[in-house]
Amino acid sequence: MSNITVNKSADPASAPQLSTLRQARLPWWGPAAPLALALIIGCGGGALIGLESKIQWGLISAILFVVFTYLLTLKVEGRRQAKNQLATSLVWVCFLLAVIPLASLVYETVDRGSTVLDGYFLGHSMDGTQRMLAGGGVYHALIGTLEQVAIATLIAVPIGLLTAIYLVEYGRGKLAKTVTFFVDVMTGIPSIVAGLFILSLWIIMLDFSYSGFAGAMALAILMMPVVVRSTEEMLKLVPNELREASLALGVPKWRTIIKVVLPTAIGGITTGVMLAVARIAGESAPIVLLVFGNPAINNNPFEDAQSSLPYYIYEQWQNGNEPSYDRAWAAALVLIAFVMILNLVARGIARWKAPKTGR
Amino acid sequence: MDIKPTSPTSPPPQDQPPLAVDKAGSTGTAARPGDRIFLAFSRGSGIALLVVMAAIAIFLTVRATRALTKNEGSFLTTFEWAANGAHPNFGIAVLLYGTVVSAVIAMVIAVPVAIGIALFISHYAPRPLASTIGYLIDLLAAVPSIVYGLWGALFLVPHLEGLYKWFDDYLGWTGIFEYNDGTPRSLFTIGILLAIMILPTVTSVSREVFLQVPKMHEEAALALGATRWEVIRMSVLPFGRSGIISASMLGLGRALGETMAVATVLSTSFDIQPSLLDSGGGTIAQNIASGFKEATDVEGSVGRDALIASGLVLFVLTLIVNGAARMIIARRKEYSGANA
Repeated sequence: MSNITVNKSADPASAPQLSTLRQARLPWWGPAAPLALALIIGCGGGALIGLESKIQWGLISAILFVVFTYLLTLKVEGRRQAKNQLATSLVWVCFLLAVIPLASLVYETVDRGSTVLDGYFLGHSMDGTQRMLAGGGVYHALIGTLEQVAIATLIAVPIGLLTAIYLVEYGRGKLAKTVTFFVDVMTGIPSIVAGLFILSLWIIMLDFSYSGFAGAMALAILMMPVVVRSTEEMLKLVPNELREASLALGVPKWRTIIKVVLPTAIGGITTGVMLAVARIAGESAPIVLLVFGNPAINNNPFEDAQSSLPYYIYEQWQNGNEPSYDRAWAAALVLIAFVMILNLVARGIARWKAPKTGR
Repeated sequence: MDIKPTSPTSPPPQDQPPLAVDKAGSTGTAARPGDRIFLAFSRGSGIALLVVMAAIAIFLTVRATRALTKNEGSFLTTFEWAANGAHPNFGIAVLLYGTVVSAVIAMVIAVPVAIGIALFISHYAPRPLASTIGYLIDLLAAVPSIVYGLWGALFLVPHLEGLYKWFDDYLGWTGIFEYNDGTPRSLFTIGILLAIMILPTVTSVSREVFLQVPKMHEEAALALGATRWEVIRMSVLPFGRSGIISASMLGLGRALGETMAVATVLSTSFDIQPSLLDSGGGTIAQNIASGFKEATDVEGSVGRDALIASGLVLFVLTLIVNGAARMIIARRKEYSGANA
């Protein structure tokens, strides 16, 4: 608990004064004692009274910790410092409160997912596998996810990139403002609504069948605004001097953009695209409406139903038995690994290629 | 000008007669064919985005009208969703209630905690830890919602029972915290789950704003002898207020539209439970995902159109919330880059 020591150095008034004028201060281990006390009372007391859920133990301990540190600081250091201490404890408690569920989520997924995850699971489909029994795999869903995401990327990236170029390099006036606003609003469209739109346009009105491509179009709608936003930010970071130097040499504007602006920002743009891919790879709602699910391998995204990883998880959860739950956790692990690797690679590229900024 | 174009989408630039350059010079816009075509393409993409937005609104409205004209109940007040039969009878009241209530519960839980985490990262955490934590929080925003749903159903729900009994013991008299049955797959559980899901979103936007507080303000407060909390209260929070509001509304937008996590965890019913802790209710997005397969099976029914009608309501709701959030951000220009 270094917050007290940091406090001291952050409070410049206290440093140069004589020691007799200084307020009394808690030692650096100040919050440790209340923390221990709170944990003992919270957990011990919880176990004694027989509260079942550990969530309660944690909540009681957290509240006790905040109260104890407040009272202790109030006694030793005075009212203002006590308020400060109260805020510090609350912020720490908030942080811990948030970390616990998230850590538990990752732990559960890895723990339960790794039981059935092996080469067989990755290399086989669910075709011919009894729902109630163990066995089967995720291969068909993996193929589906990869194809749908690839098609969505092919649709969304050119449009998103060009829109961002328009907004940064050309955009003045009403149209650019409108586009900016709606791109922002579009980032907030629920995925199920994008799915419903493609459903009414592609499947109900134009009478096509359910297919991976239909799902990919909905995913593209979700991906476009994300690509636009991140590309826009990156293009804005390109120094104007580069553009001016190129234009001054008589290079046309479009070639300046393609040969000077885009290569400078390409690292950031790639990062943005990969983060967008990571986002849509986990979308399941449009898949439920448009791709419809298929236990067998279907390599053709343009015809007939496919599956996808998020959909597969949902399907296995609905089966409602232990072997299916195991499969669902394993698929969740595969999906999280996929998304996280994309994220890590994207951020690696960002760090490696990013144009230098002030901060 | 002997430049060879490399992009397949753009034709080669012609040799420019000086006249054309002069013409262009007066307006300041692109004159070369390459420029003109490139501008047309990029402006076209921007317009295409607007067209998609408009098309979403139009198509949903058209299908929704078809369902609403055949509806034998009242869309606003009927407490039932039987749209697949020959006499469709459905209403949005229960779903709208569930959507709004669960999203509001999520906001009430998530926003204070998210502000706390954002402050922790920007002002409290030891320096080397801060960027790592910020990075982890960003990673968590990428966890797919279906995984949250799976975790919520198989891990969170069994662990909440004790807590709900406790709520029932001490707060049961309020009516909304009564707890009667065995599985806590209720709107309140959904609220908790959604809170965990929107936490990274709200945190990362607020953190960006807190980091933009002018250093001078904070140092001035410190120089006057303010404690760290007083610095935050006097300089950081006032500066970040609009950022916090818009961050919360972006979170609200996400919570309203969340589908699969809700469909996985909630145990649904078509009535409004007086208690938040009892199973039952539903949300718009969840109802679409769960009711879709059934609605497609019946030939000639308006089942799918009815679901689209409810989707239109959700669309308008999120449009209003997100639009408002963006307008608040736009008023403070410097926040425009705060969120991807």
